Amino acid sequence: MTEVVVAHREARPRKAFWPALPVSVVVALGWIALMLLLACFSEIIAPYGFTKLDLRNRLAPPGTVGHWLGTDELGRDVLSRLVFSIRVSLLIAFGATIISATVGTVLGFLAAHFRGWVEQIVLMLADFQASMPFLILALAVLAFFGNSLPLLVGLMGLFGWERYARISRGLAISANAQGYAGAIRQLGARPSRIYFRHILPNIASTLIVSMTLVFPEVILLESGLSFLGLGVQPPMTSLGNMVGYGREYLTRAPWIMLCPAAAIVLTTLAISVIGDWLRDRLDPTLK
Amino acid sequence: MLRFLALRIGRALLTIALVVTFAFVVLRLSGDPALLIMGPEAPPEVIAAFRKAWGLDDPIWMQYFDYFGAIAQGELGRSMRDGRPAVELVVERIPATLALTLPALLIKIGIGIPAGIYAALHRGSMIDRAVMLAAVAGFTVPSFVLALLLVLVFAVQLGWLPSGGQDSWRHAILPIFTLGVGGAAVLARFTRSAMLEILGQHYIRTASAKGVPWRAVVTNHALPNAAIPTVTIVGFMVGSLIAGAVVVESVFSWPGVGRLLVVAVANRDLAVVQCILLLVALTMVTSNLIVDFLYGFLDPRLRTRTGSA
Amino acid sequence: MTGPLVQARALRKVYASRRGIFGRVSHVRAVDDVSLEIAKGETLGLVGESGSGKSTTGRLVLGLEQADNGEVRFADAPMPSMGTQVWRTQRARVQMIYQDPLGALDKRLTILDQVREPLDIHDIGERSERDQRALELLRSVDLSAEHGRRYPGELSGGQRQRAVLARALATRPEFLVCDEPVSALDVSIQAQVVNLLCDLQDRLGLTMLFISHDLRVVRQVSHRVAVMYLGQIVETGSADDLFSAPLHPYTRALVSASPAPGRRSADRIVLQGDPPNPADRPSGCAFHPRCANALAACRVTQPTLSQPSATRSVACHLYADGQRSAA
Repeated sequence: MTEVVVAHREARPRKAFWPALPVSVVVALGWIALMLLLACFSEIIAPYGFTKLDLRNRLAPPGTVGHWLGTDELGRDVLSRLVFSIRVSLLIAFGATIISATVGTVLGFLAAHFRGWVEQIVLMLADFQASMPFLILALAVLAFFGNSLPLLVGLMGLFGWERYARISRGLAISANAQGYAGAIRQLGARPSRIYFRHILPNIASTLIVSMTLVFPEVILLESGLSFLGLGVQPPMTSLGNMVGYGREYLTRAPWIMLCPAAAIVLTTLAISVIGDWLRDRLDPTLK
Repeated sequence: MLRFLALRIGRALLTIALVVTFAFVVLRLSGDPALLIMGPEAPPEVIAAFRKAWGLDDPIWMQYFDYFGAIAQGELGRSMRDGRPAVELVVERIPATLALTLPALLIKIGIGIPAGIYAALHRGSMIDRAVMLAAVAGFTVPSFVLALLLVLVFAVQLGWLPSGGQDSWRHAILPIFTLGVGGAAVLARFTRSAMLEILGQHYIRTASAKGVPWRAVVTNHALPNAAIPTVTIVGFMVGSLIAGAVVVESVFSWPGVGRLLVVAVANRDLAVVQCILLLVALTMVTSNLIVDFLYGFLDPRLRTRTGSA
Repeated sequence: MTGPLVQARALRKVYASRRGIFGRVSHVRAVDDVSLEIAKGETLGLVGESGSGKSTTGRLVLGLEQADNGEVRFADAPMPSMGTQVWRTQRARVQMIYQDPLGALDKRLTILDQVREPLDIHDIGERSERDQRALELLRSVDLSAEHGRRYPGELSGGQRQRAVLARALATRPEFLVCDEPVSALDVSIQAQVVNLLCDLQDRLGLTMLFISHDLRVVRQVSHRVAVMYLGQIVETGSADDLFSAPLHPYTRALVSASPAPGRRSADRIVLQGDPPNPADRPSGCAFHPRCANALAACRVTQPTLSQPSATRSVACHLYADGQRSAA
C-alpha cells in the first residue's frame, strides 16, 4: 500500500513536468552548464592567468598554437581573459539577481501584510523605479559614489526589485484574502511562519521565472556599464570590459571584441530561452 | 476627465520630487556637497559662500527644502571642469542627441508597428518568424555589440561609412540605424502580442461570426484596441530616448547628452550629472503625461467614465 | 462560567466600495446591528441568501475581522484585537471550517504536515509525539495514515474537508465556526461530512456557529437557528419551532422553498422582486418590496425584534404588539 502511494506521488509530477524538452532548451541548458563550469573552475580551465603578458605574441590571431582565441595588444590570452570575465560577469549577475529578488519579495510581503501607508510607499517606489531608466540612475550613483565591486553588485541588485515586489504583493494579498494563508493565520500562526513557510514556497515558481527573465537584463546592464568604463574596473575584467577594450583594436584584431560579445549574446539568449520555457511550463499567467 | 488628469499631473510631480530626493540623498551620502559641486580647487571664500547660499549648516530637513527651492529656480550648479553653468552645458548638447534619436524613433515606429501588425495577422508566416527572430536578437544583442558589429562591417570592412564623429550626415547613419533597429524589433514583438491578444477576444470572434468583413474587423475593432498598449510602450521609448542614446553616442563619439553624461560620470562632474538626471526625469514624466492624454482619446471607457464622475 | 460562551452585541460592519477608479464611494452595510448568543455545547445555525451578511457575521464573531460597531465576547472576555499575541494564542480555542477546503489547504504540504501544524504553532505536546497525535486526529475524521501522506490535490472534496476539520480540531477548540462547510461538496458526500460534524460535536461538546444557505443541513445540525436578511437577523428560534412554524414572511418563503417529503410543491411561496442588493437597501423593512404581506408601515419604519415567546424573536410589523393574528 505504502509503495503504491509513494510511487503515485513521485510519478505524476515528473511525467507532467518533463515531457520531451525542446531542442532549443536543451542547447540553452548545455550552454549555461558550460558557462557555469567555466565560471567555477576558471583557474583550472584558463591556460594562463588573465593578466599574464606574452609580449612575443601580441595581437596573435585565433588559432595560434597556445592561444586558441588569439591574444590582445599586450599579448594576454583572450581565452583566459574570457573565462575569467565570464566568472566576474556571472558572479555580479547572480549576486544582483539574488539581492533584488530578496529585497523585492520582502518589500512585497511587507506591503501585503501591513497594507495602508507601507503599501503606498512600496508601490510609489516601485512606480518610480519602473518609470526611470535604470541605466541613468545607476550612472548617477556611480558618479556620486565612485566605483567598487561591492557597490556595483549592490547597485545592480536594485535593478528589477519592483517586479518581484509587485508579484509577491499581489500573490500574498490574494492568499491572505481567502486562500490557505488566511486559514493558516486563523490557526494562530505568526506572520513569519505564514510568509516564509507557506506563501513563499507557493509563489517560488513564479519568482524563479521572473528571476530568469531579469537575469539576462542584469548581464546586459553590467556589460553596458563596464563597456563604458564605468562598471568593473581594470585590472579586473568582465565581458563588457573586454568588449570595450577590444573596441580600440576593431580594425586590427576584431576577435578581442567578438569573443566576449558572442559570450554575452549567447548567454542572455540561453537564459531567455530557458526563462520563456519555464514560464510556459510553470506560470502561463506571467508576462 | 479633469480629475483623472489632475491625478496624473500629481503623480508626475511626485516622480520629479522623488528624483530630486534621490539626487539629494545620494549627494549627501557621498560627502561634502560644497566640495563636490564646486570642485576641490574652488577658493575657500567661494566654498563658504556656497555653504551659506545652500544653507549647508542648517538642519537636514531645511536643507532638503532649500535644495528643492534652488532646483525649482534652475540653480543646478556649475560644471567642475570648465566652470560653466551645468544647465548651459546640457542644453547645448540636446540638438545633437535629438538629431540621432528622433530619426531612430521614426524607424522604430515606421518599421516596428507595421511589422508587428502584419506578423500578428499572418501568424506563422515567414515574416512572422522573421519578426520573432529579430525581436529575440533585438533583446539579446546589446546596443554596443550591435554598434561595433555595424562599424566592423560598414566602416572597417566595406569602408562605406565613417565609424565615428559628427562631421556630416553620413556620420549619423550608423548610430541612427543602431538605435532604430533594436527598438523596432522590440516594438514589433510588442505590437504583435498586443494584436494577438485582441484578436483572441470574444468580441472580435463575435464580429467576424456576424459576417463583418475581416478587413473591417481588423481596422474597426482590433487596431484601436491594440493601440492602447502600443502607445504605452512608444511613450516609454520616447521617455527613455536619452538613456538609450548613452551607449550609442559613446561608441560613435557623438557629442550628445548621453556622451556628456558618461564623461561627467567618469570625471565625477556632479552638477552636470544631476542636471542630466533631472532632464531625463522631465522627459520621462512629460511623455508619460502625453500617453495619459492619448489614453483619453483611445479608450472611450476612460473618457465616459471619468467624464461622468 | 455563567453566561453564554459566545456573545455578540450590536455588531456592525460597513464596507466602502467604489464604482470605477474615480467613482463615488458607496457604503455597504454588510452587517447591521446583529446580536447573538451561543451557549456552551450549542449549535446555532445561521441561514440566509448570499449577500445577507452571514459569512461576515461569522468572521466578526471569530475575531477575523474588526467590527465597526458593537462587541464580541468569548468566554466572558472581549475578543482581543486581531494580529496581537493574545489573539494568536486564543486561536487555539476558536477555529473555522471553510467552504472551499482546497483553498484552505496549502497545496505544497502533505495532509499530515498540515494537520500537525496547529500543534507546532501553539507548541502543544512533545515534538516527537505530534505526528502520532496528527494521525489520531486523521483517524477521528475517518482518514487513514495513507491519506496523511498525500497532498491536498490528491484527495476528494469530502476527504479534504475532513482533513480541514482534523486540523481545526487539533488544538481541541471550544468554538467552531463552519462557513458553508458542505455547499461545495457533492450531495452524496454532504451527508457524510454533516454526520461527522454532528458526531464530533456530541463527542467533544463543541460550540458551533453553522452558516449555510441550505435549510435541510442547518435543520439537521442546529439546536437554534437565526435567519439573516440584508445584514440583519429577522428571526430566531429553536430549529424545530422555526422550521415547523416560521413566522417572518421571509423565513416562510425560505422554508417553503426547501423541499420536504409529504408537502406538495403547489404550497411553495415564490419570492417576488429582485434579490437583495446590500448597496441599495430599501427603506423601512428591507424585505418589504418582496413581501406578500407588506403593510404601509413596512415601507417607512424598520421593525425591531419582538419576542412572541420566550425562545422566539422576530423582526416584523406583523408581529409587533397584538398584531399576531395578521399571519
